[in-house]
Amino acid sequence: MASGAEITSQEYIKHHLQNLTVGEGFWALHIDTLGWSIFLGLVFILSFRAVAKKATTGVPGKWQCAVEMIVEFVDDSVKSTFHGKNPVIAPLALTIFVWVLLMNAMDWVPVDLIPRIFELFGVHYMKAVPTTDPNMTFALALGVFVLIIYYSIKVKGVGGFIKELTTQPFGHWSLYPVNFILEMVTLLARPLSLALRLFGNLYAGELIFLLIATIGLFQLPVHFLWAAFHLLVIPLQAFIFMMLTILYLSLAHEDH
Amino acid sequence: MNLNMTLIGELIAFIVFVIFCMKYVWPPIIGAIEARQAVIADGLAASDRAAKDLELAQEKATAQLKDAKAQAAGIVEAAKKREAQIIEEAAVKAQAEKEKILASGHAEIDTERNQAREELRQQVAVLSVAGAEKILERSIDAAAHSDILDKLVAEL
Repeated sequence: MASGAEITSQEYIKHHLQNLTVGEGFWALHIDTLGWSIFLGLVFILSFRAVAKKATTGVPGKWQCAVEMIVEFVDDSVKSTFHGKNPVIAPLALTIFVWVLLMNAMDWVPVDLIPRIFELFGVHYMKAVPTTDPNMTFALALGVFVLIIYYSIKVKGVGGFIKELTTQPFGHWSLYPVNFILEMVTLLARPLSLALRLFGNLYAGELIFLLIATIGLFQLPVHFLWAAFHLLVIPLQAFIFMMLTILYLSLAHEDH
Repeated sequence: MNLNMTLIGELIAFIVFVIFCMKYVWPPIIGAIEARQAVIADGLAASDRAAKDLELAQEKATAQLKDAKAQAAGIVEAAKKREAQIIEEAAVKAQAEKEKILASGHAEIDTERNQAREELRQQVAVLSVAGAEKILERSIDAAAHSDILDKLVAEL
């Protein structure tokens, strides 16, 4: 808990869910979310780049083996869903999977550890799990959404894309506006569900960690159980985000 | 939910990471993996080929062994035949030699016997004359009675 003063558990939780913010309103920046996500992204990109630079086709080292396992896992996932040629989807899926996994994994760090360390340096708010910030998850989903639109238009053409949005599920011309509304809902639900699913799972997980941290000495076994449960949640959410991205992009490539 | 500029910042970070991954991370790693897969596939194919070669060589060796055995048996057979032939030839030669030796022996014996007989004949003639001389106490004209003596010698 925060040093010194007596505070209620409600205040404690509220304090922990506060981002380190610079600026006001829409122009505000969450420094902690940005900092941690970019730090973890760099961890991913640099450690993988280290392998890529001296990748050997002969007997691989242990680190190369580990990286290759992840790359092959992602490659298999892409190949099982997407049957076309696209140089973006596989690296995109890899980036999403490992980056989201690393960001989710911050959930395992005890909730007070990082804020306490930063408090020593006079920083009072520190939310270390970037995926509990909707800005983070919506940024990912928005990136995927832009790619969905881009590839839909690239593969089917503007006309083809509009046709897809209007001529189904109902075939009669008088029902085209209804079709359009339905298809727009489907289209917009994709990024929205992507972002909210990841955010919701991680935010809820973080909230329960904070609740557990308020119950005193018994928090230790309970915290352990909840962290063990997150062995499932954290990779699963990263995997789902990656899999749905591949699926949506492969749907965007399908020409009816 | 307070969405703000953070979203834009994260979006930029996301795009940068994906582009970097696409350019510098994914291609070398997947390239290395695929190259190794090719190497392993080649190795497996080579080992398959080697196994087939071994089988072939074994078959060849077996055939050669069989050939060699047959050849050896042929050689032994020929040798036996030759042995029998040599023995036969030797027997024939020995027989011939024996007969030659026997014949020459017989011839020698005949010659010696004839000689002895001739000698004996002549001595008989001389003895007879000497005996007759003793009986007659007189010298007999050997020439005058030679026809009788000759008759006598011929009768011996």
